[in-house]
Amino acid sequence: MASVPISEDSRFGLRRQARLAGPLRLSSGAQLGPVDIAYETYGAMNADKSNVILICHALTGDQYVASDHPVTGKPGWWWRLVGEGKPVDPARHFIICSNVIGSCMGSSGPASIDPATGDPHAMRFPVLTIADMVRAQALLLDHLGVDRLSAVIGGSMGGMQALTWPTLFPDRVERCVVIASTARHSAQNIAFHEVGRQAIMADPNWRGGDYYADGQVPSAGLAVARMAAHITYLSEAGLTEKFGRRLQGRPENPNGAKTFGFDADFQVESYLRHQGLSFVDRFDANSYLYITRAMDYYDIAEDHGGSLAKAFTATSARFCLVSFDTDWLYPTAESRIIVHALNASGAQASFVELSSPFGHDAFLLECPELNRVVDGFLRGGRA
Amino acid sequence: MSEMLRPDLALIARTVRQGARVLDVGCGDGALMAAMRDAKQVDARGLEIDGSNVAAAVGRGLSVVQGDADTDLTYYPDASFDYAILSQTLQTTRRPDKVVEELLRIGGQAFVSFPNFAHWRGRLSLMWGGRMPVTRLLPDTWYDTLNIHHVTVDDFRALVKERGWTIDGQWFLKGDRETTHANANLFAEHAVFLLRK
Repeated sequence: MASVPISEDSRFGLRRQARLAGPLRLSSGAQLGPVDIAYETYGAMNADKSNVILICHALTGDQYVASDHPVTGKPGWWWRLVGEGKPVDPARHFIICSNVIGSCMGSSGPASIDPATGDPHAMRFPVLTIADMVRAQALLLDHLGVDRLSAVIGGSMGGMQALTWPTLFPDRVERCVVIASTARHSAQNIAFHEVGRQAIMADPNWRGGDYYADGQVPSAGLAVARMAAHITYLSEAGLTEKFGRRLQGRPENPNGAKTFGFDADFQVESYLRHQGLSFVDRFDANSYLYITRAMDYYDIAEDHGGSLAKAFTATSARFCLVSFDTDWLYPTAESRIIVHALNASGAQASFVELSSPFGHDAFLLECPELNRVVDGFLRGGRA
Repeated sequence: MSEMLRPDLALIARTVRQGARVLDVGCGDGALMAAMRDAKQVDARGLEIDGSNVAAAVGRGLSVVQGDADTDLTYYPDASFDYAILSQTLQTTRRPDKVVEELLRIGGQAFVSFPNFAHWRGRLSLMWGGRMPVTRLLPDTWYDTLNIHHVTVDDFRALVKERGWTIDGQWFLKGDRETTHANANLFAEHAVFLLRK
């Protein structure tokens, strides 16, 4: 079988959606079916299907990893890593990126229509876990005829999915790249998420999640949730360098001035408000609740009798972990916990802490060393 | 893929068994690991403290973890490797004796290589110059060297004896060449020991 040109098979290409019968048995015990998954593929599968790479996205990410976002028009969220001449290259790899279930970019989630009722699921959608997202991705791989992943790669929540992959499907993953991530959500991680969820649920427009009919969405609450979360993605030094205590310029005063009121006097306030407002245009508040909840439930060791090492004994996958020195959301110590467990389980593991001023967001930003590490890791064969 | 290996590394690469499982502690940019992988199909893992070295090693397809020999060896299970290697790193650790104990717990055998601080040039420098030696092998001054535990061939032999370890092999280097065992403490610039518990 020769390489399949993407145009000949409607399963492959940009802006795809699959309805998979399922039902998918979820961690909660609930069943989900049918399961809609929105995804994109880039490049072509080779004859022995040995070049497949799955990219997993973060909390507010989507399937548009290397193509322009349909709402914002921005380039793919990981264009620095995925694309022509990049470590993940459609000229060499068959690349899949799917929207996680629970999200709102075309995969089944609270905003999608429940075929049984004809209405959005809203809060009647079952609560999900990271493992459920991975199981749904496995269904998609079945649909695409992919048995084995040459690599699964993700940053932040994408890293949680990537790390979960070999624990659930030890024989379907050859390489696992986990960037700026963790093996469990800490109390501090959960606490920040709870602030966001409470902000959404305190918005009078939220109405128990049934806000889809009249379009009066809880945008104020969602914006606050995004603002709080966004702070955790940046480093203190990065914020200081970017904004310091500088005041926001105004038409009547380009250098800005204190208003002795509660406008966004400081540039950092203005920036955060912009982040919050632009977020509500592209994201569903209920999805934010569901996905943050899935992350909070995430603890790989807990699913393996309290031993993280046990989670990896069945797999022969090679692992590559990367942390960033200014990331205080998922700090280096969390990656080290994973590395120690991998060492204990005898897995082939690489780990490096890279230096960046950008905090957690560093994994999405310019970092030649990250590209070098991922490229070398993906090219490296088995010892 | 062949590059000029440092003489002590070349010696280790020649000596390891085909297909062995090896942990290289302080593996640098992975030159030894790559050589052993390519020439002996060795399953090599590395531990390295310097991030850019780790990035370089991972960039050449090796499995290397950023970490500290003094603190991170404890996470490796007993007897999980055929060999543990500590090359030119012993003298930079906080507790060299404990590090070697860990190597012998993790590996069936351990290669330990170190610069011999009792080489005659160093002795001359101290005796006649009254200064800490700065030589080809020890190029750093006392205030910027990473070497915090200066060890001689005889010191190391005494430690081996005291702990009851077994020496399975010992090699001494002067420049790029092997040199005699006789008076190694005076004439060897560099020593490589192969130990077992």
